[in-house]
Amino acid sequence: MSILLDENSRIVIQGITGGEGSFHTRVAVEFGTNVVAGVTPGKGGADVDGIPVYNRVSEAVSEQGANVAGIYVPAAFTPDAILEAVEAGIKFIVAVTEGVPVLEMVKVKKVLKGSGAYLIGPNCPGITTPGVGKIGFMPNFIHKKGNVGVISRSGTLTYEAIDQLTALGIGQSTSIGIGGDPIVGSGFIDLLELYEKDPQTDLVVLIGEIGGTAEEEAAQYVKDNMTKPVVSFIAGQTAPPGRRMGHAGAIIAGGKGTAAEKMKALTEAGIAVVENPADIGATVKKTLEERGLLQ
Amino acid sequence: MNIHEYQAKDILKEYGIPVPEGRVASTPEEAKKIASEIGGKVVVKAQIHAGGRGKGGGIKLVSSPDEAEAAAKEIIGMQLVTPQTGPEGKKVKTVLVEAAGKIKKELYLGIVVDRSRDTEAPVVMASQEGGMSIEEVAAENPDAIIKVAAHPAGSFSGFQGRKIAYGLGLDKPLIGQCSKIVASLYRLMIGKDASLVEINPLVITEDDQLVALDAKINFDDDGLFRHPEIKELYDIDEEDPLEVEAKKLGVNYIKLDGNVGCMVNGAGLAMTTMDLIKLAGGEPANFLDVGGGATPEQVENAFKILTSDDSVKAILVNIFGGILRCDRLANGIVQAAKNLDLKIPMVIRLHGTNEAEGKKILEESSVKFEVADGLYEAAEKAVKIAQ
Repeated sequence: MSILLDENSRIVIQGITGGEGSFHTRVAVEFGTNVVAGVTPGKGGADVDGIPVYNRVSEAVSEQGANVAGIYVPAAFTPDAILEAVEAGIKFIVAVTEGVPVLEMVKVKKVLKGSGAYLIGPNCPGITTPGVGKIGFMPNFIHKKGNVGVISRSGTLTYEAIDQLTALGIGQSTSIGIGGDPIVGSGFIDLLELYEKDPQTDLVVLIGEIGGTAEEEAAQYVKDNMTKPVVSFIAGQTAPPGRRMGHAGAIIAGGKGTAAEKMKALTEAGIAVVENPADIGATVKKTLEERGLLQ
Repeated sequence: MNIHEYQAKDILKEYGIPVPEGRVASTPEEAKKIASEIGGKVVVKAQIHAGGRGKGGGIKLVSSPDEAEAAAKEIIGMQLVTPQTGPEGKKVKTVLVEAAGKIKKELYLGIVVDRSRDTEAPVVMASQEGGMSIEEVAAENPDAIIKVAAHPAGSFSGFQGRKIAYGLGLDKPLIGQCSKIVASLYRLMIGKDASLVEINPLVITEDDQLVALDAKINFDDDGLFRHPEIKELYDIDEEDPLEVEAKKLGVNYIKLDGNVGCMVNGAGLAMTTMDLIKLAGGEPANFLDVGGGATPEQVENAFKILTSDDSVKAILVNIFGGILRCDRLANGIVQAAKNLDLKIPMVIRLHGTNEAEGKKILEESSVKFEVADGLYEAAEKAVKIAQ
């Protein structure tokens, strides 16, 4: 198995006729992804590389059995696109767009919480399950199928970590970038819960960064609920307070959200915290070896 | 985005929240005129985007228009240093001249978006210890803070405003006033896509009126597209000139104190590269994210920004090429280095698609680059050169 994106996933791409949407759909299909439909209001009846386009998500669901949505629409339309997918009964949604207002996400999350749907993003590189497919921007060549789950608030840093694993011959079950905004859909804890249950995953790499308390909350969750080992890295040890480091959510505010606090909480939860990002792969390898889980 | 106190107070007024009578002045003469129109005692307050202004001599209480003029003369043009400005301070361009009345008590009232998993909603915070920062109160006496999250129904309900008002232990005539101010402040937060609104202090005057004596509003940059009226309040002089220039060029840049400049694609990897420089014994000169795509044009723009910082002694380029191929990027780097006639030594680490071709282009170019393979190795090399 894997988490969220698996052999049964039938993907609809919202915004498939746009520049980003059509480009990344093409790259995803090359990777083997099962994209069954696209949605662009007003372009129903057209097709993109043979993928049928509909006006509404509900049509993609009824006509093509779509059960996963990938959203590539501008920030101003992203909340609406997420709500449309939820309304259509889709239980797994990925939104990559950067720049969604925080207060819009507050509203979206209220709807999500009652729906049972998982949302990855916004402002994220997406999800990849090697051997199955991907939604988002992660480069195709870095992945290898295996037993390590990767979750991260970052983009290129995630590629770096996955690449280190693959270079050491360590494959991944599912890799996910949850997004760099102050409020995102599914958080570390939602996904750790899925990795813990997933028979394919033996270890999880958790890449956090400054800002908020998601890492501290994850640390507590791991301590209380996880049997599988977790390896972690936190970006932003040298970030100055009060400055937003690119990601809207990466800010040390009122002295809270520092890398040091997060590393301390994770270490206290028994998580292997890597100080040097060049050592992420090696630390995972060592941990797998110690537990006899190296494949 | 941040705005000035006088601008924040204009917005409070728009939402029906009482503020002292006052206006902004950019010359001592104007300050005198405003003071005489208000009459009686006035306070002259420096307008900069930083707190702690009183401590640095940026706020003066005066009792006549002539004194107001003198105070404004002293404050306008000064380089105001406060605990929040850094040692170089900020130049004051304008002052707010405001009526000063007698105060019975100072309270704190603010709203922020609480990011914690259990909340993920705007939370109203109030405390009886006005004038202190909420962080100080939280550290010393966390129980003194009343916190009420927005109602799951999506708004802030009347009973929640009363919860704050009664929680503050206010006298009967103030309960209604306080609930109304809380409701208005919440409407403002939502209506303007604010990320923080703060009235500190919210004062009880001698005649039992609640008035916002100071005000701070920060806006969510991602919400600005739907608030052109807020965008107009942007004060470019409050920003670092190099950061303003970078923003214009579409480069995400923050200046830091070290001497190893860095250029990276992606914010998380950019922060990580700063950490690597520190780990290798150096100090990063900046945070710089050229964007996940890192087009040749963006690379050239980023070099322009890096080279305008005189403290940069070495540049570390760390790019993870995904959809963007390393060979194309290498060509971009060589071209940019030639166009800008770059003299600062550079260490480059390219990783990803067509990495070998990229490295070859760099090694064979007439521009001298140090090429590194590993993440840490690259940082070590750059730090060594800078030293």
